[in-house]
Amino acid sequence: MQQSDFLKMVTPFQDKLYRMAKRLLVSREEAEDATQEVLLKLWSKKKTIGSYRNIEAFAMTMTKNFCLDRLKSKQAGNLKLVHSNYQEGGTSLQKQVEAVDSVDWVRKIMEELPEQQKMVLQLRDIEEYDYDEIAEMLEMKPTAVRVALSRARKAVREKLMEKHNYGIG
Amino acid sequence: MELDNIERLLEKYFEAKTTVAEEKVLRAYFSQEKVAAHLEVYRPMFGYFSQGKTEQFTKELPLKETSKGLFRRLYPWLSVAAVTVLMIGVYFGKKRYDQQQLEKEKAQYAYQETKKALSLLADNFSRGTEKVAYLNEFVEAKEKIYNKN
Repeated sequence: MQQSDFLKMVTPFQDKLYRMAKRLLVSREEAEDATQEVLLKLWSKKKTIGSYRNIEAFAMTMTKNFCLDRLKSKQAGNLKLVHSNYQEGGTSLQKQVEAVDSVDWVRKIMEELPEQQKMVLQLRDIEEYDYDEIAEMLEMKPTAVRVALSRARKAVREKLMEKHNYGIG
Repeated sequence: MELDNIERLLEKYFEAKTTVAEEKVLRAYFSQEKVAAHLEVYRPMFGYFSQGKTEQFTKELPLKETSKGLFRRLYPWLSVAAVTVLMIGVYFGKKRYDQQQLEKEKAQYAYQETKKALSLLADNFSRGTEKVAYLNEFVEAKEKIYNKN
């Protein structure tokens, strides 16, 4: 497989891998490093890549595993995740700031979810994969995916309701 | 009623029973200007999901076409070369050994022949001494005669 073929194959989903990595690792730099690492690993397997039925799902599984390992080793090393790239809604218009803020809540709410729920929500509500694909990517049963997804959505709703009722923003 | 439909979809949504298409309908609904007041809570959620796809991976990929070094590429051939050298060595070694063996045999043969020749010579010499013994007899007889006189 040539470089150009590989890039052509990877381009449709590399952003998805990156967004998944960022969902888990939060920091942009770390997510970029993780995505790069995964794609390079995929490149090193280019000879056997034809035998995988669904390369996109395979790459997503690799990303998931890589990021979870990363998180685990960080926890073990007692290191704090570095994330300095919170988006700033730096506009003077009050309304826009509010809109950005309320949307940004959701990101913050998602950050507090357990990893599995984060991933399910990311793959379904943002990337719009179907349940079978998500099940393959996360190495879960489709029913387990649905359960986790329902829980994740409800958790987000609950947090949003709290904020809404307190009238923040 | 559209609102009824949205409410129904929302219910299904939180039970994770909506299809991708139905979820698209929900996102479309919450992206419009007017949203029913009691559903306003959900707007940020679907708003966030709708914009979630915008981030892109921009880092460069340092792909190397020849990721293996010269040595690693040639490594499998090393054993072939080694075996070839060994075979050649055995072949010529055997040849040389045979040659040496032949030479040794020849030397042995020459030695035996020489020995034979020498023993023949020795035999003849001893025969010569016998004849000289007769001469001694003659000398003794001559002495006797001289002494009598």
